[in-house]
Amino acid sequence: MFFVVFRGNSGLSYGIIYAIISFSVCSYYDCTERRRGSMRIIQAAQLIEPIRRLCLRACCNLPEDAVSALASARERETAGSAARNVLDQLLENQQLARSAFRPICQDTGMAVVFADIGSDVYIEGDIAAAVNEGVRLAYTEGYLRKSVLDPLTRVNTGDNTPAVLHVRFVPGDRVSLTVAPKGFGSENMSRLFMLPPSAGIEGILTHILTTVKDAGASACPPVVVGVGIGGTMESCALLAKRQLLRPLGEPADREDVAAIEREALKRINELGVGPMGLGGAITALAVHAAAEATHIAGLPLAVNIQCHACRHASEEV
Amino acid sequence: MEHHLNVPFQSTDLSLLRAGDVVYLTGTIYTARDAAHARFDRMLKAGETLPMPKGACIYYCGPCPAAPGEIIGSCGPTTSKRMDAYTPALIDYGIAQFIGKGARCPAVNDAMRGRAVHFAATGGAGMLYASRITACDLVAFPDLGAEAVYRLEVTDFPVVVTFDLLGTDVYARTTQN
Repeated sequence: MFFVVFRGNSGLSYGIIYAIISFSVCSYYDCTERRRGSMRIIQAAQLIEPIRRLCLRACCNLPEDAVSALASARERETAGSAARNVLDQLLENQQLARSAFRPICQDTGMAVVFADIGSDVYIEGDIAAAVNEGVRLAYTEGYLRKSVLDPLTRVNTGDNTPAVLHVRFVPGDRVSLTVAPKGFGSENMSRLFMLPPSAGIEGILTHILTTVKDAGASACPPVVVGVGIGGTMESCALLAKRQLLRPLGEPADREDVAAIEREALKRINELGVGPMGLGGAITALAVHAAAEATHIAGLPLAVNIQCHACRHASEEV
Repeated sequence: MEHHLNVPFQSTDLSLLRAGDVVYLTGTIYTARDAAHARFDRMLKAGETLPMPKGACIYYCGPCPAAPGEIIGSCGPTTSKRMDAYTPALIDYGIAQFIGKGARCPAVNDAMRGRAVHFAATGGAGMLYASRITACDLVAFPDLGAEAVYRLEVTDFPVVVTFDLLGTDVYARTTQN
């Protein structure tokens, strides 16, 4: 009804008819979209602005769960210790970043974009190009660091593109977007192991622990550890990365996987690496693991290390 | 222990520092990371002079660009060990004060012992460090963007000594390095 009145007031003679037709075929919140049968149709270009916004929000606003995890880690470190000093600096830093809406860390990462596309939505146009345009706008106009280059010539692309885009098809007619800028201090310290089945749960725990220990201060602890168990080489790595998007500290649904998370976190914090490797009780804020079906001959394990700035932002289109 | 010192450090100041000490720096430091170090290496092999004075303090950092009204964008440290391949030659040249994060390889620790000191800044505290910088000037390699060499004037810039002149390494307690 709003559109009918609005168009009518604009004085266009065909406005009312057009408005009634478009009202009947559009969802009320977006008059530009159409439907074909049960399919919702949107333009790829509609993803540009959400991606731009998400890149900036993720780089500048540390999510509340990450802030709370740092604050509770601070309480568990000894007063006057180097560990507590680091955590005080990190809490002050995220507040400075939030209030100025400027990046928490100068490594504004590679833009890793997760797009869960409903099977009842059809996107007209080039999705990857739209995602890259959103990234380009955020990193150039938003004064973020451009860290992406050719691996061999080492020539920078100048606008932080291309993004790393992971598409998944899900039920429904929405597009769910998540941007997780990934810094390479922690990405460099991540590992993939193709373990033999005989390694078992103890082998999984040992390799998680070795990875975090080797990462040391370089990965900017206290870290978040994403663990993928099973699948194939590449699906295991992606499974590990997806675990970094979970609410911090929320246990896995599967009890046996949650038990691995608890035991790994306990052993990691017993290492004493501490915030920025200067010693302390908290080396990891959380371990998030997930398991998926694998081959009879294998036990793939991916350990994706995330620094203390567990950055990501999501929105639905 | 806590110190408030001018940077670049005088050798008398450096000899007082012990691994684990907190130091608030005031003075001049120079940014350089991977790509700048690769160029330093080529320049040293060609017998050329580096774009910062001997005795300078290097900060392993690639800042975010400054937004309008800012001196510099977010500017925390990057991982020191990626510069390991180039560091002994820099020490031989006369640059022996480094700020970064994380442990160095055994060869670099050997090269640093008695001659160089390594400090850690807090990784991921980029806005905190930006708030301690009063001037930023491009010195060399503008084509490298964030990886160019910038001269920074800093005030009360907080770092921790991780490797002192005696060869004590803070990270040796907790990491395999």
